[in-house]
Amino acid sequence: MFAFTKESEKKIETILAKYPEERKMSALLPFLTLTQRQEGWVSPEAMVEIGKRLDVSPAYVQSVCSFYTMYFQYPAGKYIIRFCHNISCYLNGSDSLLDYLSEKLNVEVGGTTEDKKFTLIKEECLAECSAAPVMRVNDDYHVNLTKESIDKIIDSLK
Amino acid sequence: MTKILFKDIDVEGLTTLKVYQKLGGYSSLKKAFSMKPEEVLNEVKNSGLRGRGGAGFPTGLKWSFLAKDSFPRYFACNADESEPGTCKDRILLEKNPHLLIEGLIVSSYACLIETGYIYFRGEFQDVADLMDEAIAEAYKKGYLGKNIMGSGFNFDLYTHLGAGAYICGEESALLNSLTGMRGEPRSKPPFPAVQGLYDKPTVINNVETVCAVPWIVNEGSEAYKSIGTEKSTGTKLVSVSGHVNKPANVEIDLGTPVSKIIEMCGGMRDGNKLKAFIPGGSSVPMLGIEHIDVPYDYESLKEAGSMLGSGALIVMDETTNIVEATMRLAYFYMHESCGKCTPCREGTRWLYQMLGEVLNRRGSPETVKTLQDACDNMAMKTFCPLADAAVAPVVSSIELFPEDYESFFAEASATAG
Repeated sequence: MFAFTKESEKKIETILAKYPEERKMSALLPFLTLTQRQEGWVSPEAMVEIGKRLDVSPAYVQSVCSFYTMYFQYPAGKYIIRFCHNISCYLNGSDSLLDYLSEKLNVEVGGTTEDKKFTLIKEECLAECSAAPVMRVNDDYHVNLTKESIDKIIDSLK
Repeated sequence: MTKILFKDIDVEGLTTLKVYQKLGGYSSLKKAFSMKPEEVLNEVKNSGLRGRGGAGFPTGLKWSFLAKDSFPRYFACNADESEPGTCKDRILLEKNPHLLIEGLIVSSYACLIETGYIYFRGEFQDVADLMDEAIAEAYKKGYLGKNIMGSGFNFDLYTHLGAGAYICGEESALLNSLTGMRGEPRSKPPFPAVQGLYDKPTVINNVETVCAVPWIVNEGSEAYKSIGTEKSTGTKLVSVSGHVNKPANVEIDLGTPVSKIIEMCGGMRDGNKLKAFIPGGSSVPMLGIEHIDVPYDYESLKEAGSMLGSGALIVMDETTNIVEATMRLAYFYMHESCGKCTPCREGTRWLYQMLGEVLNRRGSPETVKTLQDACDNMAMKTFCPLADAAVAPVVSSIELFPEDYESFFAEASATAG
């Protein structure tokens, strides 16, 4: 069963107020994001609920959900690590750092650790190129990464 | 160098309305409201300001294309910064959110628009939250909402986040995404100025473009035109990354030589020699060392065989494996192709696979020919320019560094033992 929490319901009001009433489908991405923040992923049950709220079919919700890379259609880790490997980070040695992190967490790139704490994802440019290499852990950016700073960041996460 | 966008960028507390206003922030509102909307529009038109997102289209002209007598109209500010190498909008959003709000109010006044959305890429949750705070402050102060400063002008501004899709930086894909759809580009025409968000006339401008508007209104278009070159007026933020000693976002007068920009960033890393640079983000052709002194402006970079694009200068020194770097970019476009158009969906995958062939020493001159042929069959054959962007690094790297490709051919490596 899926239900929005009280806190999420409050946010839903704020979201819906942004768009013309007859265009409430605009709230689809914000609703998906809100769901993922609440649950850690977007389940089929959640898609049914979102569809009801916005007068679209669950299949439509899924077609949109599957287009965007930030939504998980399976339970992901508590911490989502998006590690940039594209050009500016690549030129600054991101490959070896990503290998290091993958080994440190004992998880393959794209996977989730057994304790469900970390999901490690290879990211395509996070727009902090002048401070490469860069990774994003949940909402937080970490820049100018080194092995030492990665250790520090990961070890501080409970 | 003139400082327009970065004038106060390092002032502590700039994200708050109080500090921003103390430094002269929101002063362009009074000036704009004392003018007629079309006078503001003409001022921007006359300034020569061009779109800073990538295409470089004249901003005032874009505004003047709005369908006449069709209301409501919308403003969609493009904060979907995702072009590899580009990080100039993020710094503006992070450090000076009120500048964008001020720019959006004035621009919307000029375009008779009463509702605006800032479309952030999903990864920008942190700066979007900061923007929400700034917007709340601006409402409280009466800079947003009904009858702003007694002018009779109403303007509401909202933030909206994407969720991971480079393609949503393309304007028609952005509008689809904002409507609650998959971020697939639309066929044009109709252009957004006629049929944009909710099928209404819509202006879409990049963050940096909008942020230049308050200065133009305050100081006048002639002052803006006096900076830069004749056709590339004003200043430009350049995101410098890669093999320089101090990678940074810098504000330059358009027309500043690339060599000077590299110098501003501490010169080449470890004193190494420059091999190649990409002047305008991953979507434009790379250039070699012979172009090191090319003036950084729209015309000169075009003449040199590339483009100014989003203003991301990616510097690669002599240690760079060009085939591998190109393959990294090819991976990006393969990953980000939305899949709507066949030449792009299939082509980007082919480019990646064939570059892999070369890199794994299974290639031959035939492979490179096939690569070039695939590029020919992708460019200009799709709804949006993503396919054109994908071929730019491939075609230019083959042209500039054929010997790098040859060194990986199966035969060459066999002789090399």
